[in-house]
Amino acid sequence: MTNGTTSAAIQKLHFYQKGTFTVGNRLVSEADRSVQASIDRSNALTCGHRACQGCGEALGARYALDAALRAAGGNLIAVNATGCLEVFTTPYPETSWQIPWIHSLFGNAAAVATGVAAAMRVKGRPEIRVVAQGGDGGTTDIGFGCLSGMFERNDDVLYICYDNEAYMNTGVQRSSATPPAARTATTPAVGPQPGNVFGTGKSVPKIAVAHGIPFVATATVADLHDLERKVVKAMGIHGARYLHIHVPCPLGWGSASQDTIRLAQLAVECGMFPVFEAEHGVVTGRRKIRRRVPVEDYLKPQRRFAHLFTTEEGRKCISQLQAMADRNIAEYRLFDWEGDVE
Amino acid sequence: MLKQIEGSHAMAEGIALCRPEVICAYPITPQTHIVERLGEMVRTGELKNCEFINVESEFTALSVAIGASAAGARAYTATASQGLLFMAEAVYNAAGLGLPVVMTIGNRAIGAPINIWNDHSDAMSMSDAGWMQLFAETNQEAVDLHIQAFRLAEELSMPTMVCVDGFILTHAVERVDVPEQAEVDDYLPAYEPVQVLDPNDPISIGAMVGPDAFTEVRFLQHYKQTLALRLISEFAGEFKKQFGRDSGGLLRTYKIDDAEVLVVAMGSVNGTIKDTIDEMRADGIRIGLVTLVAFRPFPVEALRKVLVGPKHVVVIEKSLAVGMGGQLALHVDLALRNVAGAPQVHSVVAGLGGRPITRPSLHRLFRRALVQPWEGTHFLDLNEEVIAKELHYVRKVRRSGPTAENLLRRLRTGAQKPAAD
Amino acid sequence: MKRPFAISLDVGTSLANLTGSWRTSRPVYVDRLPPCNNACPAGENIQSWLYHAESGDYETAWRTLSIDNPMPAVMGRVCYHPCENVCSRSQLDEAVGINSVERFLGDVAIRNGWRFAPPQADTGKRVLVVGAGPSGLSAAYHLRRKGHAVEIREAGPFTGGMMRFGIPKYRLPRDVLEAEINRIIDLGVVMKLNTKIDHVVDSMQAGRFDAAFLAVGAHIGKRAYIPAGSAAKVLDAVALLRSMEGEDKPLLGRRVVVYGGGNTAIDAARTARRLGATEAIIIYRRTRDRMPAHDFEVEEALQEGIMMKWLSTIKRMDEGVLTVEKMQLDEKGFPQPTGEFEMLETDSLVLALGQDVDMSLLDGVPGLKIKDGVVQVDSNMMTGYAGIFAGGDMVPSERTVTVAVGHGKKAARHIDAWLRGAIYTPSEKHELASIEKLNTWYYADAPKTVRPMLEVARRQSTFEEVQGGLDETNALYEARRCLSCGNCFECDNCYGVCPDNAVIKLGPGQRFRFNYDYCKGCGVCAQECPCGAIAMVSEEI
Repeated sequence: MTNGTTSAAIQKLHFYQKGTFTVGNRLVSEADRSVQASIDRSNALTCGHRACQGCGEALGARYALDAALRAAGGNLIAVNATGCLEVFTTPYPETSWQIPWIHSLFGNAAAVATGVAAAMRVKGRPEIRVVAQGGDGGTTDIGFGCLSGMFERNDDVLYICYDNEAYMNTGVQRSSATPPAARTATTPAVGPQPGNVFGTGKSVPKIAVAHGIPFVATATVADLHDLERKVVKAMGIHGARYLHIHVPCPLGWGSASQDTIRLAQLAVECGMFPVFEAEHGVVTGRRKIRRRVPVEDYLKPQRRFAHLFTTEEGRKCISQLQAMADRNIAEYRLFDWEGDVE
Repeated sequence: MLKQIEGSHAMAEGIALCRPEVICAYPITPQTHIVERLGEMVRTGELKNCEFINVESEFTALSVAIGASAAGARAYTATASQGLLFMAEAVYNAAGLGLPVVMTIGNRAIGAPINIWNDHSDAMSMSDAGWMQLFAETNQEAVDLHIQAFRLAEELSMPTMVCVDGFILTHAVERVDVPEQAEVDDYLPAYEPVQVLDPNDPISIGAMVGPDAFTEVRFLQHYKQTLALRLISEFAGEFKKQFGRDSGGLLRTYKIDDAEVLVVAMGSVNGTIKDTIDEMRADGIRIGLVTLVAFRPFPVEALRKVLVGPKHVVVIEKSLAVGMGGQLALHVDLALRNVAGAPQVHSVVAGLGGRPITRPSLHRLFRRALVQPWEGTHFLDLNEEVIAKELHYVRKVRRSGPTAENLLRRLRTGAQKPAAD
Repeated sequence: MKRPFAISLDVGTSLANLTGSWRTSRPVYVDRLPPCNNACPAGENIQSWLYHAESGDYETAWRTLSIDNPMPAVMGRVCYHPCENVCSRSQLDEAVGINSVERFLGDVAIRNGWRFAPPQADTGKRVLVVGAGPSGLSAAYHLRRKGHAVEIREAGPFTGGMMRFGIPKYRLPRDVLEAEINRIIDLGVVMKLNTKIDHVVDSMQAGRFDAAFLAVGAHIGKRAYIPAGSAAKVLDAVALLRSMEGEDKPLLGRRVVVYGGGNTAIDAARTARRLGATEAIIIYRRTRDRMPAHDFEVEEALQEGIMMKWLSTIKRMDEGVLTVEKMQLDEKGFPQPTGEFEMLETDSLVLALGQDVDMSLLDGVPGLKIKDGVVQVDSNMMTGYAGIFAGGDMVPSERTVTVAVGHGKKAARHIDAWLRGAIYTPSEKHELASIEKLNTWYYADAPKTVRPMLEVARRQSTFEEVQGGLDETNALYEARRCLSCGNCFECDNCYGVCPDNAVIKLGPGQRFRFNYDYCKGCGVCAQECPCGAIAMVSEEI
């Protein structure tokens, strides 16, 4: 081996030709590989579940929970809101979960998790960690009150929202996480303003940051390493933590089942879904855009946006969506402009 | 230990003796003093090994209790009125999951019109949720029922409500014998869950159950409550052995042996009724009382045993099923279904929204049952003049305005029509 | 524990639900043909040896490489690496430095003294190889490894053929060349130098050879008619380069003109510069972009001060003076004379106009076909005479060392089959792993490593090797830039991205298996496979 600066520079890139973004990499040590690459990974969510083909949520849940399970040394309890994830994993008489898991209601996952965490504390089992999880409906809408309460009390719960941007389980109705212009069953692509209305919706990650809780992060199923790192980081902290994972839904988005990860990637690369993290109310990191693309690249493969490509008004909507993406990019500094040295 | 103590505080101390491990608190009158006192006891260390959690809603309060209970902790919360309705979804859920949460209901009317005073509308609204419901007559019984409730709930893995009349019990300072810790420990074993969230023995709790098994799940809930009919009496008996007093059970009777009229009631009103009965007995009227403690499970057999014989049964209740009438009366009807020689049942709705149920009114009511028995639902002390005027006004004026406010104005001014017009 | 009925379930019970029945198409693992492998004239399995190299297992990498090509250290210096021209990585940043890694492996092998595994068993068959150039050596190597007795007869005094006589030392140091040739000979190949064959059929009979492979190359420099004065010094490039191997270095003078536009012209000019010529000028009748020489060689020559005269032809050579006519391209791109002349002072003129084959050994071989000065062979590399095969520069093809090595391998396979009375059928080529079959997102940006170059001043005066090699660190880096087009490199993507856990990881080197009991056929694995090693095929329903 050589030494000196060249070597150091090369060392930095050492394993980066293959595998930086892949699930595994035979060239790095076992300890540095993703949890998902492990031959004996836990599969907290196992085979035989009834998720649709190419389900992003099934993937995101296994990614997150396997990582959390490893971080917690196997001592993990999951609380699940009503929704796709609950329905496709636990229809009597079969469950796909391999960890202790409870489903109570649509809107109370955060609160039930608070109760579980309190029980563990009072039972003198603080090493048993608690994860609550739900879809965007169960998180940003009906479960929002419980979530906010869990945040402000700084309860020792990691809440994971699998955001597929609508109520998919009930047949694709709009939620407060549905992006503008998207067609859903309750925002049909008809009339003078087809699709979801501009100027509506909310960013629960931002609201979570405003609670000043120890850790908030967004992630996507397109970047496993980033997702796992955030789960591990979250599991290393006690108190309220929030992870918001963007999970494409082939059924609800009208996309091809094989495009799930590609779409999650494009959502980040166009700026529509900012990937960032925050600690105690301050944004501390962002995942920079690697290959910036226009929002069209992200919208085009999704039938929920198909109406935007057929009319002049639709074109204007695309410009508005591009402007939203640009605002995200500027706000979170997601893109390295030339000369922008951090 | 005998204490002159506010009912809420007595209950709090009794609950603390049950060693709850997770307590969820959300303020709603009239149960607030219970959780306030519990919170204080956790802070001072009087109640050890307990997580006291201030939550942001009743829905959360019960949800936290659900999580804690599923994770193996003895969980408690309290609520009333609107709060119970706000947590309704979780009320059903706790029962469906078979989690032995104990919850105090500081019974209070349900709005609108908003009203903070006592009646039983809240508890009755959740009577079919799958919880057991025990009604306390006195503060002593309120304390005792909580101790029995934990035992009952955990034995059957089924949540239980202890219903105590708002203000009348919760805010009344009376003499109460608060038991000793050792005695309670002897009576109430540690919580041994039938299912628990445990990484060493993982299970999935809360599956989606379709038509293939849903009926069976419901039947099993119902079956458990039929088992409770035996256990409630049994545990009350053991309680008497341990603590030396009658508390709880399915029902209690008062001077029923030769009665030709029997009154049926739940909660604190039984005290007034007993006084009235004593006075009427002095006048030679053969009247007796059946005090229902258990509303869920509903003790059909036990009730039938005591109700068959007399000619009249007057059911006094602090709740109204609008459009139907007295709910408790309907339940009593059920107990007498297909019974040969069953008494006539007379339904009385009384004390709604905290209206006092007075001895003079009860005297009039009970005498009337003997001489002028009524069909349908009787509303005790209904201001018929106000009603008549309002009905007349409403018939004449389309935009007649809000009924509650109209009535208030009439009561205050005696005016023909609302002053605002 | 007895669970409450229905609402509570035993973990993992959904394994009873075989979701594979939902599938309408299924993923299958495939090996597609990487563009580099497809382009390699020597048929190297480049992706495969890079796979081993990138894990630092250089010996396995070298052994994998040398299955197809016994001379990696030579290849890593002289191959024009068509593999890199088609490398998919060039569409991301720059082509993988395949050639530099190959050289690294070759050098490591020499340094460590790695030997080829001897043949498992001798077949008892004897093959005569005529010519010790790249093609002959390659054929000898492959035939010997298949267990045949091989004898090479070389007319000249040295092994290596054009690798020695056509490629200057500054591009291919002789110790490297000899090390790789000796390793082939060490396999048990009989090498007879200074043994010219006059009649191949007779020699075969005399030596009891069962087959022969002819690879005598093309060593006769082509001459063009240039009127020349009596004292003019004119020589051909092949002769010039060959004379560099002898004791006496040729005297060219201070001003040397090289006539031609191929790689040999460049080699000749750069050799002249190193021999002390202050001016070395290449005269070529067309423009730079039409020059057959490789661009990097032209570039290196220019760096060393070689001058180029495009669109020029030599009309006459007198003592010390050259008459040059300017040309211009017509509409079809052919150079046409302009009638404009200029005089150029020069001490010697080197003609680099191509080479011809010496066919004398083929005299009297029946059935042989010769066309355009080269021997015709069929698709099995066999000449019109049964049992006599030919390859390298003496058959119609591009004349490069790598093509010659490829001929040797191909011929060896056919000879081997022929000796067994069989016909060698190459296995069907896999579908090409073109870039659109890849998902290049997963490869991080990693620019190509530039090999160190000798400083220009020393290049102008010495025959030291111009281009340096990679050290282990950057060779590893470079190997890892490979995209592994069309071939699983066990990145675990399919295993990780399956929403149904329907991919079974079999362990290091064992790749993966689909669990069709649960695979719903969503196709995410195929879409997210970086290297295009998964195909979706329709289920028959």
